[in-house]
This record gives sequence, structure tokens and C-alpha cells, in this order.
Amino acid sequence: MAIAQINQVRSPGRRWSFVTKSSPLPGFRLSFGFTMIYLTVIVLIPLVATLLHAARGGFGVFLHTVTAPRVLASYRVTLGSAAAAALLSAIFGMLLAWVLARYTFPGKRIVDALVDLPFALPTAVAGISLTALYAEHGWIGQYLEPHGIHVAFTPIGIVMAMSFVGFPFVVRSVQPVLEDLDPAMEEAAASLGANAWQRVTRIIFPIAFPALLTGTALAFARAAGEYGSVIFIAGNMPMKTEITALLIVTKLEEYDYSGAAAIAGAMLALSFAIMLLVNLLQWWIQRKEGRRG
Amino acid sequence: MNGLSRRISFISVLVILLQVGCSTLSAQTHLLNVSYDPTREFYEEYNKLFAQHWKATTGQDVVINQSHGGSGKQARAVIEGLEADVVTLALAYDIDAIAQNGGLLDKNWQSKLPYNSTPYTSTIVLLVRKGNPQHIHDWDDLIRPGIKVITPNPKTSGGARWNYLAAWGYALRKSGNNEQGARDYMKKLFDNVPVLDSGARGATTTFVQRGVGDVLIAWENEALLALKEFGSDKFEVVVPSATILAEPPVAVVDKVAQRHGTEKVARAYLEYLYSPEAQDLAARYYYRPRLKQVADKYASVFPKVNTFTVVEGCGGWQNAQAKHFSDGGTFDQIYGK
Repeated sequence: MAIAQINQVRSPGRRWSFVTKSSPLPGFRLSFGFTMIYLTVIVLIPLVATLLHAARGGFGVFLHTVTAPRVLASYRVTLGSAAAAALLSAIFGMLLAWVLARYTFPGKRIVDALVDLPFALPTAVAGISLTALYAEHGWIGQYLEPHGIHVAFTPIGIVMAMSFVGFPFVVRSVQPVLEDLDPAMEEAAASLGANAWQRVTRIIFPIAFPALLTGTALAFARAAGEYGSVIFIAGNMPMKTEITALLIVTKLEEYDYSGAAAIAGAMLALSFAIMLLVNLLQWWIQRKEGRRG
Repeated sequence: MNGLSRRISFISVLVILLQVGCSTLSAQTHLLNVSYDPTREFYEEYNKLFAQHWKATTGQDVVINQSHGGSGKQARAVIEGLEADVVTLALAYDIDAIAQNGGLLDKNWQSKLPYNSTPYTSTIVLLVRKGNPQHIHDWDDLIRPGIKVITPNPKTSGGARWNYLAAWGYALRKSGNNEQGARDYMKKLFDNVPVLDSGARGATTTFVQRGVGDVLIAWENEALLALKEFGSDKFEVVVPSATILAEPPVAVVDKVAQRHGTEKVARAYLEYLYSPEAQDLAARYYYRPRLKQVADKYASVFPKVNTFTVVEGCGGWQNAQAKHFSDGGTFDQIYGK
């Protein structure tokens, strides 16, 4: 688990080297040891505590809790919305990263800074603002409602809030890769007769893709774990717009600690499985790319 | 998660203690009152009142700190180690939980102060938009097709459990104690609920500021506060024909108070809530006073209501919780397939 955690945050390209061969750089043991202690304290111990809590009720109770219809529905809502939000973030994040990397325009620095805002803004504030905008009498909602488009208190609202917190991850992952892209490669392709579409699909996209995947995976993970902003706009209707995090809070509210931990554990396992899958996919793509190059 | 909330409570207490510790180095007594959300303003005023009273009667200075949040969340914080000398929560079930899970106070805590340890009460009313355009006059109007009812999720909000029990108690009486009838009513009622906020204040915001819904089921004190804050030209209160008597209880957390050596002042703090001055203050913050003389004085603020208690309506909190709000209870059945 710890290795996978490291795997997630490392920059694309370098992997496993610290395990397979000793580095020529001094200080490996110290820095690795420190990293492991830090990860254990910050990540592993809380996770293990959660799982231990979940195990307290016994396996039968655990299984019953995490497969209750309402809980299953909440996984669908949470993971489905998170996937939709990650996809949206991937498309528009990529576009934004492209604009920021390739063009100069007045106010570019401000736009660049705006991208980081969702990182810093308390998510509850984002949720409340989005709800205020999209509720039936809100600034935007009042124009959408007459057309039968309901955003606040529907799954669309959930996707909206999740996209808000997720898209900076895509921009910040892809932007440096695009900035480092050598224009000479595109020029070479153009001189060999590649049209604009071919240059994008054959040169730019394959290079940016691993970073895009990383960013999208991070955006997905962030969305799946999001509580603060979603809770205000979701409407929280059981079976329809109830996210898993809310069910965990509900269990706590009933003083059902092991039930809460059980759902948390299940959610953790699901998210972890998905992240692992994305990492494997990325690894596979990079190997393929490496072989081709 | 558990650890996180404990850490947060720990830090918040630390901050409070540091602030207090820095400002005064004299031998002062400190009390921590852990309460729920809508009592914030009332207790800010009451703490001043009690500090004066305590100084006048004993010559000692007392500093009272308060902590507010959702009632269940606050109870959990106390169970997990928030050093509350007294708790003043939204429902007896939460204090029962502290007694059961933490063993921090006696199981029979509720008999230690008058009126089931609830110095002030409230009731559940209906808040509608000005002019009552949907002609909502009683609980029956809430289940008419097309009416949008705003009430928070009773699973996450202590306040919402009172709402739920008020509606349930009414429906049960109306159907002549036929539980199936009450269940049908509740099903129709929640079919009309478009948003389930997780807390009572959230539901008030949804109705008052977002403009969602035709009627808000609310505590009377919240409804009257909303009228005062947002203007009586926008909303009006409808008192249903029968509703529940909401009794938010108070208790000394014995084990913590013993450890702090604050038993006496903690007890006095709660007992003084029953004094005419404190009752008057509670009434000004829209809680119904217990003392008759004060109640009479504020008779124009609080309309006469026909109420039943939790014990009368549902056989007490433990029963109500098990029957309605636990896993598979009547609330889950509404949304179950």
C-alpha cells in the first residue's frame, strides 16, 4: 500500500529505482526512512485504525453493512459522479492547460492563479456558492429551471461540485508537460507532411497522455472522497443523490462506529482498486511508448 | 475520522484554554458548555448573566466557554474526550449516548433537574411564505400533491428527529393509533421532500435563502428567529393543530466535572437556568420558558399549542430511535424498496 502511495505522487517516468538498485546518491537510507515514518504516521496508521474499527463487528456484520441497498446506491452515486467529473475535468483541464502552455494573452497570470483557487478555497464555501447559483431562484438556476434543467439537488449538481474540486489536478499535471514539449518535434512532423490533426493525435497527445491520466486519476480520487462541497448541492436523497461520505456521517450520528468504519473501508478498497487500475494502465502505456521510441 | 474529530476537538479546547489562560492568570473557575447550534446566541447572553450571579452570590469569578455544533456531533466529541463540564443538547437521546458509551454521567441524569432536565422548551411549527399562497394550515396539507416540504435528514440531524416525531405523532392520532396509517402519511410526506439537508440550519437556509420549497418544518425558535432576521413580510408561522413538545435537555457531565472540581458551579449553572431572569432571557431568544410567570409575560410571542411529549407520542427516545431512525426503521422503510 505504501509503495502504491508513493507510486501515485511520483512524477511520470521514474519508478521502482529506489527498490531495485542502490542509488549513487548518498543519504538514501535517511531519506527513505524518514519518508516511510512520515507516510506511516500520516497515512498508514489512520487507515489501519479505520480497518481495525471496521473489523470490530465481525465479517458478517461488515458484509451486511457494506452491501445494504442504500450503501450500494451511494457507491453508484459517488463513483459514477466522480467518474463523470473526472472526465469533464480531463477534457476542460487539458484544454485549459493547452491554452496556458501555448498562448500568451493579457491576464494570463491571473487565469493561471485562478486554477489553484479550488485547492485553497474551503470546499464548503464552494458547495454553498454553487448551490446558491444553481438553486431554482439562484442567478443561474432561474434561467435553467424554466427549461426543465435542474442542477442543484440532482446528480448534475454533484458532478458540478466534484468537477470544481477536481479540474486543477488535471491542469497542474498536464501543463508542465505541454510547456516542455519541444516545438521542433511538431515542426519536424509538419515538414514531413503531417497535418494539424495528425500532429495533435500522433505527437502531442501521446506525450501528454500519461500526465493527463495522472491528473484525471487524482481528480477522480479527490471527487470520490469529496464531502464538503457536495453535501450542500446534492439534495442528499437516499438511493438517488446520497454520497457514501454522507452515509458514513449518518452511521456516526447513530453512534455506529464500526458501521461507519466498514463503509469507509469498503470505499477505501474501491477507490484503491480504481487507482491501482489507473496506475497499471499508465505503466502499460509507458512501456508500450518506451518500446516504440 | 474518529481520530480526526478527536484531534480537532482537542485542538479547539486547547485554543480555548490558551486564550483563557493568557488573558487571566488569577484563580478562576472555568466551565465548558457543549451545546448544539441554535443556542449559541442564547448562551452567550446567559453566560454573562450567570457569571454576574455567581460573583454576587459566591464572590468567585467564573469563565464559561461554549462549543456549538450538531447535537449528535457534539455528543460524540464529549464521548471521545471533549472535556465538557455541562452539556446542553437538542435531545435526550444524545445525552443518553454519553451516559451509555462514555459512562461519563449517571443513566438517570434526566431526573436530576426539574421538568426532565429541560429548563426551556420549544415546539415544531410550519414556516410558510408570506400570505400562505399554498394554504397550508395543518400537517394534512403537507402531503397534498405538488407541495414541496423542506425538512432535514432525521438520521443526521437531531432537530429533524423532532420534526419527524411531530408528524408521526400527529398522523398516529389522526389515524386512531393505526401504525400503518402513520407510515402511509410519512411516506407521502417524504415523497414531497425535494432536499434532505444534513442539519437544521442547512434546511432553514435552503428554504429561506435559496427559496426552495413551500413549507419548512422547523423548531419554533428557529422559525421565529428567521422571521426576525429576514423580515415578517416574507414568511409566516403556521401552528399545526397538534405538535410535539420539543424538550432540549441539560446535564452536568459528572466525571468531567469531578475531575475539574467544578461540580458545584456546573450544577449551579444549570439550576440557574430555571431562575426568572434566565427564563426571561430564554423567552427573548424564542425558547418557551417553564416558569409560569415568565410564560404569561410572553404569551403574545408564543401561540397556544396543543402538544404531546416524546413519551406520549412515541414511548420515549430510546423507543423512538430504535423504531424510526435506526437501520431498517420507519425512516429507512420510506426510502427502501
